[in-house]
Amino acid sequence: MLLTLRHFVESYVDDVRYGFKKFSPAVNNFEARQGTQATGVFTVQYPDEKLAVPERFRFVPFLVVEDYDHPERPGKDWCTSCGICAKVCPPQCIWIVRNEDPATGRPIPEPEAFFIDIDICMNCGFCAEFCPFDAIKMDHDYELASFDRTTNHIFDKPKLSKEMRYWKTIAPTRVVEEMKVRGSWEHKDAAKAARRGGATRDAAREAATAPAPKAEVEAKEAKREEVRARKAAAEAPAAAPAPAPKVEAAPAAASGGAKPWEESHDDREKRKQAALARKAARASKRDEQ
Amino acid sequence: MVMTTPEELNVDLKATSVEETVSHLTQRFPGIVSADTREGYGGVIVAKDKLVDIARYVRDVLGFDYLSSATPVDYLGEGNHSTDHLEMVYHAYRTSGGKALVFKAQTDRESAEIPSLIHVWKGADFQEREAWDLYGIRFPGHPSLRRILMWDGFAGHPMRKDWKEAYYEEDHKPFTSRWPGGHVHRAEEKSIFGHNVRYPADIDLSRLTDVSESTLYSGFGMGVDVTRMVDHHGVETNELMVNMGPHHPSTHGVFRMMLRIDGETVLDLDPVMGYLHRNHEKIGERNTYLHNIPFTDRLDYISSMGNNHGYVLAVEQLLALGAKYNPPTYRAEVLRVLMVELTRIVNHLWAIGFWLNDLGAFFTPVLYFIQERERILDFFEAVAGSRMMCNYMRFGGVFADVPERIHSVTNLINDRMRDFDTMQFLTEMINERIPRTIDELDAYLTQSEIVRVRSEGVGIISREDAIGYSTAGPLLRGSGVAYDVRRADPYSIYPELDFDVAVETSGDMYARYMVRLREMRESVRILKQLLPRLEYTKGQPVNDNNMAYSGKVPVGESYGRVENGKGELGFYIVSAGEKKSTANPWRYHVRAPSFINLTPLGLMSRGSKVADVVSILGSIDIVLGETDR
Repeated sequence: MLLTLRHFVESYVDDVRYGFKKFSPAVNNFEARQGTQATGVFTVQYPDEKLAVPERFRFVPFLVVEDYDHPERPGKDWCTSCGICAKVCPPQCIWIVRNEDPATGRPIPEPEAFFIDIDICMNCGFCAEFCPFDAIKMDHDYELASFDRTTNHIFDKPKLSKEMRYWKTIAPTRVVEEMKVRGSWEHKDAAKAARRGGATRDAAREAATAPAPKAEVEAKEAKREEVRARKAAAEAPAAAPAPAPKVEAAPAAASGGAKPWEESHDDREKRKQAALARKAARASKRDEQ
Repeated sequence: MVMTTPEELNVDLKATSVEETVSHLTQRFPGIVSADTREGYGGVIVAKDKLVDIARYVRDVLGFDYLSSATPVDYLGEGNHSTDHLEMVYHAYRTSGGKALVFKAQTDRESAEIPSLIHVWKGADFQEREAWDLYGIRFPGHPSLRRILMWDGFAGHPMRKDWKEAYYEEDHKPFTSRWPGGHVHRAEEKSIFGHNVRYPADIDLSRLTDVSESTLYSGFGMGVDVTRMVDHHGVETNELMVNMGPHHPSTHGVFRMMLRIDGETVLDLDPVMGYLHRNHEKIGERNTYLHNIPFTDRLDYISSMGNNHGYVLAVEQLLALGAKYNPPTYRAEVLRVLMVELTRIVNHLWAIGFWLNDLGAFFTPVLYFIQERERILDFFEAVAGSRMMCNYMRFGGVFADVPERIHSVTNLINDRMRDFDTMQFLTEMINERIPRTIDELDAYLTQSEIVRVRSEGVGIISREDAIGYSTAGPLLRGSGVAYDVRRADPYSIYPELDFDVAVETSGDMYARYMVRLREMRESVRILKQLLPRLEYTKGQPVNDNNMAYSGKVPVGESYGRVENGKGELGFYIVSAGEKKSTANPWRYHVRAPSFINLTPLGLMSRGSKVADVVSILGSIDIVLGETDR
């Protein structure tokens, strides 16, 4: 009983303490009440007040397009319709129509149509995680309820598209991380084109859709560049020296045998070689059959 | 019955390793037991007509007294096997700890009969009913082989490889209709009636009279017109059949208990489930390995981190057989354990809170616990992106490192901001808030007269029954079995962590409550050891793999299991490997603790009052998302 009484009293004391300052912007009392030092039982008065969601919060993806006042490529899709998001989507709610050049029949790296059935989307965030072009991101707008699900719950490209500026606003730290991996604030392709000598992505695309051999060379080069970038990204964290464990019970002493976390690079390499040998043996066996 | 030979008495067969046991079995029973030599497989294959004898021998002589999982696999057109057949796979463990003895029995797909093991392990009861329901395997010797997850008039056995569901598109995801010509349509625009749904003959749709439930009631008696009895005072009483649920607040979801009662006393109880069944395993076999991670969140939705962990462990076992794959880094392991232990606290707070609801302390205690849970979920939201559907673990690591700050950005109108330092938030939570809440809970409930009177000596399950019925988690440990997968069959970094297994001996509801309470304290102990590890591993990568979105997994089978809040959660996975050249599991089975822990519900409830049945169910702690799958 005393416990209940304490909770009761604390809640009211807390309310009185913060109640008067509730709307004062100078004191962020809301933060204190949501933090680890909060006392009392209280709720957030939705929808009058709402909890701002953290950066990584994920709810129904949106498509990133270039800012509408971008000097070179205003409103351009970041999406190249490579189809990875559609393949990695667990409930298969992403539908993409690839754009093709009517003259040559080659795919144009910008989707003709893009649909997400938000009734089916399970908000797992795989599409954003696996997109190689940072073109699809998880939104923070969770107030999507509507009265009729049959007519307006399939989001098409205009409804999905949001400016890059918006993504920069809702995820300020992640944008920087992504920029570092990409090596530029611009889209991967645009940055690449710029490095090749000031040409914009549009110019690169025109070049790509023109004669075939040239396009192939460029595609190869692009791929090589991508691989190089990925390698650089993979090496960057590995380069940072990992401090030696020094807490009680060193892992190696506590348990005999190789645990994943104590395996050295050499052991890992050995295992990899063994695996490759096994694989080769399997392949040759199959060939014999 | 197989007799023990004199030589066997000289060797301590209950202490041999699994490899020795396998070779012993094949030598002891030539022609009956043979080693499973398929690539990537282990254990033994037992001739099915001798299965019961071998199982008895395995249990009594070899000491594998705990049947963890019994599940079928349909090898229809699977490239690695010469003939199409059905196979029952049993995983037996010793309650003293150690690895599994896997034994299998095969049958052809047409006759599909395998002797029941229910008289060896009672825990096989629901699992064999599930096998009959989903695979159509008959188990001669099973006393009531009825459907368990599907409805009684359902036509067909949905987990068979040749069965196709409504809205069937293709065998495997990703579906080709999505890209590059992804012209959208809504699945329900395509009518399913007439193609996939067949009504059984005994349902008259025009009158909507369904007699198919009569099998459910067999042995129970229908309605009020039932056996007349005379009680010991000479008063004539009626035996009555009552349905509790599926829509009853005490059932924690859509779960139904059929009670045969005499006055207030329960004579018999039969759980009926499947109202939330969505054939999770079939979906899992259509999915790629990666697709399944967010689906596991939806099993036991209170502790999604634990579900993720079990699944990635199972797949990592297969990946370690030779794929291009790096095992998780030390920091990734630390992060995994951190999340899983926080989840355990959430789960136990939730379980105790709702159990108190069932006892009649309506929502006051549970709200105090939910208040604490909110902080933990805030942390999950900031790290993984979602409060409950975390989808945090990946093969060979985790999704992302913890962010520097738990930070939010205003986006909607009237948004309220928060900004905390993550490590400070975590340290304060682990060192101050959670222990404080547990102490409060302890002071509030442990010595409470009402709690003790209501729960002591009620819903008892003995040590032998707890093992025999394959119960897991607090239910097993409340009956005096010190069996915790984290210690019995260690995984991740648990071997180097210092914690005790909470055990109580009385086997009643109070014992289960005490186990949960002490387990939360142990979790806090683990979390405190993780804080320095988090500090010194700062900056290490959390995932060394450049895992493709459709990674291939080597051929083989694996069983990954973790100690989840509700008990032992296992994932049995069979990979057909590169021969099928798909990134999809051939078999994906979930050993759900909520499901198997319900097997002894009838046993525990017999003789108690109706009001106690509600709290006994609460003390088992089930989540219907996992029970019904």
